[in-house]
Parts: sequence; structure tokens; C-alpha cells
Amino acid sequence: MKTAVIVFPGSNCDADMYHAIRDNLGQEAEFVWHEETSLDDFDAVMIPGGFSYGDYLRTGAIARFSRIMPALVQAAEAGKPILGVCNGFQILLEAGLLPGAMLRNRGLKFICRPVELEVVNNRTLFTSLYETGETITIPIAHGEGNYYCDETTLSALKAAGRIVFKYRDNPNGSVGDIAGIVNEKGNVLGMMPHPERAVDALLGSADGLRLFQSILKHWRESRAALVR
Amino acid sequence: MVVKKVKVFVTLKESVLDPQGKAVEAALHQLGFSGVKDVRIGKYIEFVVADGADGERDIRAMCEKLLANTVIEDYRYEVEEVVSL
Repeated sequence: MKTAVIVFPGSNCDADMYHAIRDNLGQEAEFVWHEETSLDDFDAVMIPGGFSYGDYLRTGAIARFSRIMPALVQAAEAGKPILGVCNGFQILLEAGLLPGAMLRNRGLKFICRPVELEVVNNRTLFTSLYETGETITIPIAHGEGNYYCDETTLSALKAAGRIVFKYRDNPNGSVGDIAGIVNEKGNVLGMMPHPERAVDALLGSADGLRLFQSILKHWRESRAALVR
Repeated sequence: MVVKKVKVFVTLKESVLDPQGKAVEAALHQLGFSGVKDVRIGKYIEFVVADGADGERDIRAMCEKLLANTVIEDYRYEVEEVVSL
């Protein structure tokens, strides 16, 4: 599986993401500068955390108009797995690939610590190696992770099983304790916690690794189906 | 040449909680301004554009596409005519 890690000016979790895929998942990864215009060579796309464009105007608001974005939309439409973490999630929201928006954390503080998440739905390509209802520990690191959407959107997300991860103890005020959601098709996941920082017991938790392994499993299965 | 000066005000929707506003409100109370309530923080953006037929439509497009996130924010704008050299 060949994975793209998109790099914006101000991305700062790109190297972590790259190493998680290369060294922990054991798959090919490549940095893709935001001025590139094609993602055709890749099987999966990661949008890493950070502070793209200094969070100017709103988090993700400027990155959303980068030259790489039409290719990202195309990859999403083609059904390729796309994972946006932290600032990557914020960019996916601004781009309209996922519904809702981010607000400043309820307590105004930047929060950087491991949190417990509930795996709400394991029937996604990102979570097939988890159990539904399982508690996992993944770190968060954000000042604006207070997920907001209106009541109608929230009920629609719930009804369709699109809430993938919830906080066990809501740290930031997100509606419905939401930590991560997928798009309607299920191939675009946005989440505030950083699975790439939890891929080895040495880092405090290896709970994030199964997310990447789930993507790989999905890729292998869909390729096998193509060959058949 | 006649140009237009545009002043855009972006504010959080009424239905959206404003944690920053709450913190500033608490600080104002701390300062002794106890009558203050409902503090909301917004953004002010100004720019100059050439006077054109599509002016208003363009300004709305700029607000909807970039300057405001209409999921959480409302916007309004004022337009002033400016005669420059």
C-alpha cells in the first residue's frame, strides 16, 4: 500500500505520520507537498496535524484552497481511504468533505494528553480491527477541537453510524462527545486524537496502530477482490 | 478611479457557544464592570475592490467561501465608495 502524507506550510505531525506508516505499519509512505496536483499514484491519503498557514482566519480555512485539494476531493470520490488527524480533520471540515466545524475548546486551554476513546463503530475500513464499544487510549493535542454541528446533522451522523470515536470523558466540549466521524461513503475519516502518536508501547500506547492496520487490511481485501 | 472599501464583520451564530467571549466577560467582571453580559467575539476584515457590476455578488461569494464559515458564523458587510488616484 502506497500512502501519501500531505504537507502544508505549518504541518508538524507529518513526520510522525510518515514514520507510523513506514516503521510501524511497514508500508510505503511519501510526503506530498501541498502544491502538487495529483494523488493518482497513491492508495491512501493522510492529512497530518499541525497549524497549516498558522491557523490564520480559521483552522484549515486557507489550506482548504491549496492546489492539492482538487486531487484530494477526487481521491475521496474514488473511494480511497483518507484520514485527517487534528488539523487534517479541521481541513476536511473546511473543505466540506465532512460536516460540521470546529470551535475553540470549551475550557479555552490547549489540551495535550492521552484520552480514552470509545470505538463506536467498527464496521468502517478504519476500525475493523477494533471491537465496537472497546476503550482505547490515544493522545490529543489541540486548542480547537470542540466539534460543532447542528441537531439535524448530529442525528443524521448517529443514525448512519458515522460517529466512529467518542470521548469517554469529553475534554473540549464537542457535541455528542464526538472525537471522530466518517463521510457518508465511509472512506474519509476525520479525528482530533492522534493515532500516529500511539503506534508503539514505547510511546505510551499502541492502540492507534490497529487503525492503520485496518486500512491496510481493507486495501489488501479490495485488491484481492480486483484480482479475482 | 472609484474603488469600494468593504468592511466585513464575522460573528459566531447566536446558537453557538463562544468560549472566548465567556472568558473575556469573566475578565470584565473581574475589572468591576459587573453589568456586562453576553460578550461575543468576532472578526473584522476590510479590503478595497475595484468598482464593478458584480461587486455585491462577489463580496457575498468571498464571505461564503472563505471569510466566514457559515456552519458556525454569520457575516454582514458595509460598502463605502472611495475616490482614489
